[in-house]
Amino acid sequence: MTLRDPLATARGLGSAKSGFGHWWAQRLSAVVLALLTPLVVYGLAKYSQSDYAVLKTQFANPFLSGASVLYVLALFWHARHGLQVVVEDYIHKPGLETALQVAIKIVYSFAAVAAVIAIMRLALVA
Amino acid sequence: MSQKRPMSPFMIGPYYRPQITSMMSIMHRATGVVLALGSLALVWVLVSLSMGEQAFAVVRACLASPVGMLALVVFSFCLMYHLFNGVRHLFWDGGKGFDIPTVYRSGYAVVVLSLLSTAAVWWFAVSTGGAP
Repeated sequence: MTLRDPLATARGLGSAKSGFGHWWAQRLSAVVLALLTPLVVYGLAKYSQSDYAVLKTQFANPFLSGASVLYVLALFWHARHGLQVVVEDYIHKPGLETALQVAIKIVYSFAAVAAVIAIMRLALVA
Repeated sequence: MSQKRPMSPFMIGPYYRPQITSMMSIMHRATGVVLALGSLALVWVLVSLSMGEQAFAVVRACLASPVGMLALVVFSFCLMYHLFNGVRHLFWDGGKGFDIPTVYRSGYAVVVLSLLSTAAVWWFAVSTGGAP
């Protein structure tokens, strides 16, 4: 039973009832990222100046390439949700806001797919 | 939807004194935006690497340049800050650490930990020679 006045729903006031999914996606991806980020920072520091052959060998390790795929998926899922909220909070021009929200979804979907293909290629193609 | 509802003033501006709590909150967003944009550069690195040694040569030159190295250290710091402050947020989500003294203590802890851990990881990686 709800105590909310149906008129409030009709006027579009209050919660749209789908916020939890967004909130949970952000938290779940945060946990994955929190576990792997120390390794990523270590990897950046240790391997950022390495040559091609050394890096290629690293990705041949299934644990490393597997963790990398998990990381980029969580990363872009998290980034897309985070940027969505930033745009919702600060951009109030209707046309611009919609354009940015659509652009964020397209760019970060593309980024995730491209990153996964690149890692798979590094891992599998000799 | 079209109604003009009252809004509280934005935290940055003439209305509020700067506080560690609000500064850390906006820093969480700022580092988040930097990381979101910087992670697109990460895709460029991965894609170039996957296309072979010749394509990767351009990336390698960028990473070895002073600007590239500075970007790497800044990106690492943003990762560490967003990580530690993100864990702080997860505790709040669980309803823990909300009293003001704890909020301030955890805030200072995040600032110190993110600076120290970034420095420690880079120091360790560089002093052990990095990888060729």
